[in-house]
Amino acid sequence: MHRSSDNQKVVVVGNGMVGHHFVTTLADLQPDCEITVIGAEPTPAYDRVHLSEVFAGRSPEDLSLAGDGYDKLGVLAHHGDPVVEIDVDNQAVKTRAGQTYPYDKLVIATGSTPFVPPIPGNDHPGCFVYRTLEDLDAIRRASRDATTGVVIGGGLLGLECANALKNLGLETHVVEFAPGLMGVQLDPDGSQTLRRHIEELGVRVHTSTATEQIQGHHQGLRLNFADGNHLDTDIIVFSAGIRPNDQLAQAAGLEVGERGGIVINSACRTGNPHIYAVGECALFQQRIFGLVAPGYRMAEVAADQLAGGTSEFSGADMSTKLKLLGVEVGSIGDAHGTASLAYTYADPVQKIYARMNLTEDGQKVAGAVLVGNCDAYDQLLQYFVNEISVPECPEQLILPTVNGDSVLSADALPDSAAICSCHNVTKGAISQHIAEGCRDLGELKSATKASTGCGGCAALLKNVFDRQLESLGIEIDTSICEHFAHTRQELFHICQVEGITDFATLLGKHGRGSHGCDICKPAVASILASLYNSHILEGQNVGLQDTNDHLLANMQKNGTYSVVPRIPGGEITPDKLIAIGQVAKQYDLYTKITGGQRIDLFGAHMQDLPLIWRDLIDAGFETGHAYGKSLRTVKSCVGSTWCRYGVQDSVGMALLLENRYKGLRSPHKLKFAVSGCTRECAEAQSKDVGVIATDKGWNLFVGGNGGMRPRHAELFATDIDDATLVAYIDRILMFYVRTADRLQRTSVWMESLEGGLSYLQQVIIDDCLGINAELEAQMAHIVGTYQCEWKTTIQDPEKLKRFRQFVNSDAADTQVVFVRERAQKRPATEEEISLLAVEAQS
Amino acid sequence: MNLAATTAKAVPLCQLSDLIPGSGVAALYQGGQNQSGQNQGGHNKDGKQKSAPQGEQIALFYLPDNNPSLYAVSNYDPIGRANVLSRGIVGTINTRLVVASPLYKQHFDLLSGVCLEDSRYTIKVYRVHLDQQTVVLEV
Repeated sequence: MHRSSDNQKVVVVGNGMVGHHFVTTLADLQPDCEITVIGAEPTPAYDRVHLSEVFAGRSPEDLSLAGDGYDKLGVLAHHGDPVVEIDVDNQAVKTRAGQTYPYDKLVIATGSTPFVPPIPGNDHPGCFVYRTLEDLDAIRRASRDATTGVVIGGGLLGLECANALKNLGLETHVVEFAPGLMGVQLDPDGSQTLRRHIEELGVRVHTSTATEQIQGHHQGLRLNFADGNHLDTDIIVFSAGIRPNDQLAQAAGLEVGERGGIVINSACRTGNPHIYAVGECALFQQRIFGLVAPGYRMAEVAADQLAGGTSEFSGADMSTKLKLLGVEVGSIGDAHGTASLAYTYADPVQKIYARMNLTEDGQKVAGAVLVGNCDAYDQLLQYFVNEISVPECPEQLILPTVNGDSVLSADALPDSAAICSCHNVTKGAISQHIAEGCRDLGELKSATKASTGCGGCAALLKNVFDRQLESLGIEIDTSICEHFAHTRQELFHICQVEGITDFATLLGKHGRGSHGCDICKPAVASILASLYNSHILEGQNVGLQDTNDHLLANMQKNGTYSVVPRIPGGEITPDKLIAIGQVAKQYDLYTKITGGQRIDLFGAHMQDLPLIWRDLIDAGFETGHAYGKSLRTVKSCVGSTWCRYGVQDSVGMALLLENRYKGLRSPHKLKFAVSGCTRECAEAQSKDVGVIATDKGWNLFVGGNGGMRPRHAELFATDIDDATLVAYIDRILMFYVRTADRLQRTSVWMESLEGGLSYLQQVIIDDCLGINAELEAQMAHIVGTYQCEWKTTIQDPEKLKRFRQFVNSDAADTQVVFVRERAQKRPATEEEISLLAVEAQS
Repeated sequence: MNLAATTAKAVPLCQLSDLIPGSGVAALYQGGQNQSGQNQGGHNKDGKQKSAPQGEQIALFYLPDNNPSLYAVSNYDPIGRANVLSRGIVGTINTRLVVASPLYKQHFDLLSGVCLEDSRYTIKVYRVHLDQQTVVLEV
C-alpha cells in the first residue's frame, strides 16, 4: 500500500491492550501519523483482564476495546496474520501471509505467552492455557462434557482462571507448587485468609503440591503429585506465569534478557533507534511488568517519544487491587515487609485481613496487604506513592472505619498525586479542570477520563472534587428549583417522614412562594405517587403532572396524542392484536411497532382518548404507562418454551416482572428485558434492569441504557432463583426511587453512587444500611395498590371533564391537519397546510 | 348559550365548574380571529371538509387561591406551533406567573404574554372575570 506523504509511518506489532493503548494515544498526539497495527489474533484488541466475565454472561463483544474506532482514527488494522520477520536493514516487517509493511518507527507490543511447566504429559488433549478469546472458546467447548477442572498455578492469573472454570459449572481445583496462593502479592497470613475465602466458595486448593506427571486415565486425565497422591480431572489449564514474546526481536538481533524480554531504555526504545517495545514483551531494568497499568505507561511514553516528546518510563508501582472469585484483594509495594515494622488486623469471622508495613523509621508506608475488604486500599496507596508521613496512630489506616470517614483528606495530597491510576490523572490535572470552570463531577470524569477505568478511585475523586470547589469558595447549589432549597432525595425523605401527601402542604412547610413551577411540580407528583400511589389525576395532583401524564397519553408535535396499551413481555393473542387493529381503524390512528415489543397508536385527538381507551379496556388491555416516568416494558425472547437454546422461561419471567412493577412511578422511565440464554436476544444488558437466564437461575444486570448515552448494564448477581431475583429488583428499584435525582436514569444514578456497583451490592445484598425490609414493604404497598389509571379515569366523570378539546364547544381543533402517506395518516407539514388552505378558498 | 360573534363588551365563555383548579382548559371564542392565520378551513386529503374558520382558542387558567384567580391567554404556542398552552403547567419564575409550554417547555408570562426564553414571541392576553358562576371574556 502506498500512501504518498512525508508523514511518519508507524507500524505496531501486536494488538493487545497495550498495543491498542499506544495506537489511540499516538493517534491523539499526532493525528497526521500513518499508523498500521498488525495483530496475530483474529479479533481487534479486547479487555483481557476481564476475560473470565465471558463465562459469567458477558459477550466477547463487550470486552472489545477497538470496535470500529480504528477506521475513525484513520488507523490501518490488519488482523489474524502475525508478523514473522523484522527486516531491520530495510525497515519493514513481513507477515505470515506475505504482506510487507515498511516503517519509519516500529513498536513491538507482542505481549506474552502463558508459561507451560515442563511436566511430562502437558500436551494431552484436555490441557489448555488461558489468555485469548480463542483459548476461552477451547476451554468452553471442552467443559461441555466435563465435570472437573484443574488450574495449575495459584497466582493472580491462576485464580482468575479458576473463577472462569467455576463459572462454567466445573468442580474446580487449584494446584500450586508454592506454600501459598498469590505468593508474590500476599504475605503468608493474607494468603491463608484468601485460601479460606476461596475454599468456602467450593474451590479446592492444593498448595505445596508439585505435579510430576499428567497421564491419560479412563476418559479423563490424572495428575500424579510428588507426594504420591493423585487427582483425576477432565481438563487442566496452565497458568503458571508468563514468558515474554521476544522471538521476533531476538531474530532481528535486538538484545533480550537472560530469561526473556526485549531490553528497553527509559524512552522505551530498544538498541535500534527506530524500534520501541512496550508492555509484557519488554524488559526494563531487568524487570517484566506483567500488569496492564505499567504497560499503559510504557505505551504513553513511547507515543510521546514518537511525537517528539521527552517522557520517560521510570519503572512502575506494581500495587494492585482486584476481585478474585468475588474476594477483594489488594497488594501495595513491599507486601512481605521482611525488614520493617508491621501492623496487622484480622477478623476471623468475616475473613478480613489487613497488614501495613512501615519503613524502619515508622514514618512512611512501605507496603500493604488487604484480603476480604479493600476499603483502605486507595488511601494506603496514596500514602505509599506520595510518601506521606503516616498519622500519629497509624493503625487507623487499616482498621475498619466505623463511620466511613477517610483519614486522608484530599488536601494532604500533592498535585502530582495520581488520583486515577488507570488513566494516570493527577490531582493537579483535576484542579486545573475545575479552575477552568468544570463544576460537574460527570463532566470532570468525561473530560479527564478519571475514574472511568476500574472505578476504584471514585470516592477519592469526589473528595478531591468537593475539596477543590470548596477551596475556590464555590458552593454547589443542589436545589431542585427556586421554590425548594432541597434535592429530590431530600424532598422524598421529607414527604415520607412527615407523611406529606400533597404539593400545597409541602410547598407551604418547606418551600417558597405559593405556586411552584414545571420543575418541582412533576418531581413532587412523582414522589407522591412513589410513596402513596394514589391516582395521578386525583384532586390536587392534576395540576402537577407533566405534558404526558397530564392526559395519560404522549403528546406529539401537533398537539395530538399517541396511545400505547400494555402488552406484557411482548406476548399477545391474535384476538387482542385484532382488537388493536380495529381501534386503530375506527379512530384512524397511525400504527407503529415500538422497540419495546408493543404497538404505538398515533394521532389521537384528546377528546377521543377516553373513547379509545374504553374500547381497549373492553378488549382486555391496560394502560402501558408510555406517558409516565415509570416502568415501560419488559422485553423478552421466547425462551426455553420454544427456542432450541433457551434455558429458562424468559417470557414467563418477563410477564411476572412487568405485571409486578407496572404503574411504579420513578425518577425517570424504566426499561427491563429478560433473555432466555446467554445469546441475549432480548438485549437485557442495555436496560435499566436486565435479566439473563443461566443453567442454574438468573443473572441480574443493573444500570444499562440505550439511547443518547449508551451504557452496558453491570452484572449485579449471578445464578439467583426467582424469589431472590424479585427481592433484589424490589430493593434496587425502591432504593433508586428514594435516592436518584429528578430525571436521572439508573445508568447515571449508578455512576453517581459513591462506591458504584459494589456499594449497591452492599446495600441490596448485604443490607448494610438496614433498610431492605422497609424497601420491600414500600414496594409491596405499590404492587398492592396498583390500578389501571385509564380504567379508573373512564369511570369518573370528573376526570373525564379534562378530555374536552373546548369546554364550551364540541368542535375539534381545525388547525390539526393530517395528510396520508404509505396508507396511513401523518401530521401535515406547514407547507401542506397552507396549500390546503389555498385550495379551500378557491 | 349564544357564542356567535358579537359587539357586546362582555362575552360569556363557560361556567366556573368547567375550569380545573390549579390547571388549564381551552375555550373557543367564536367572534375572534384565527390567531395563527394558517388554517382557514383546511380539509383532509380524503376530501372530508373541515369546519369553517374557527375563531380564537383561549387557554383559561384557574388558580383558586390567587388574586385574581382567572387568567386567559392564547392557546396557540407560537414556538411549538400548536394549540396546546392550556395543557401546560402553571407556576412562577422569579415571582412572574407563567405557563410552561407542554411541547418544548418555554415559559409565557400570564399577565403580559411575553415568552421568558425568547422575547421575540408574545402571545395574546385576554381580560376575563367571573360573573357569579360564569366566566366572562371582556372584548
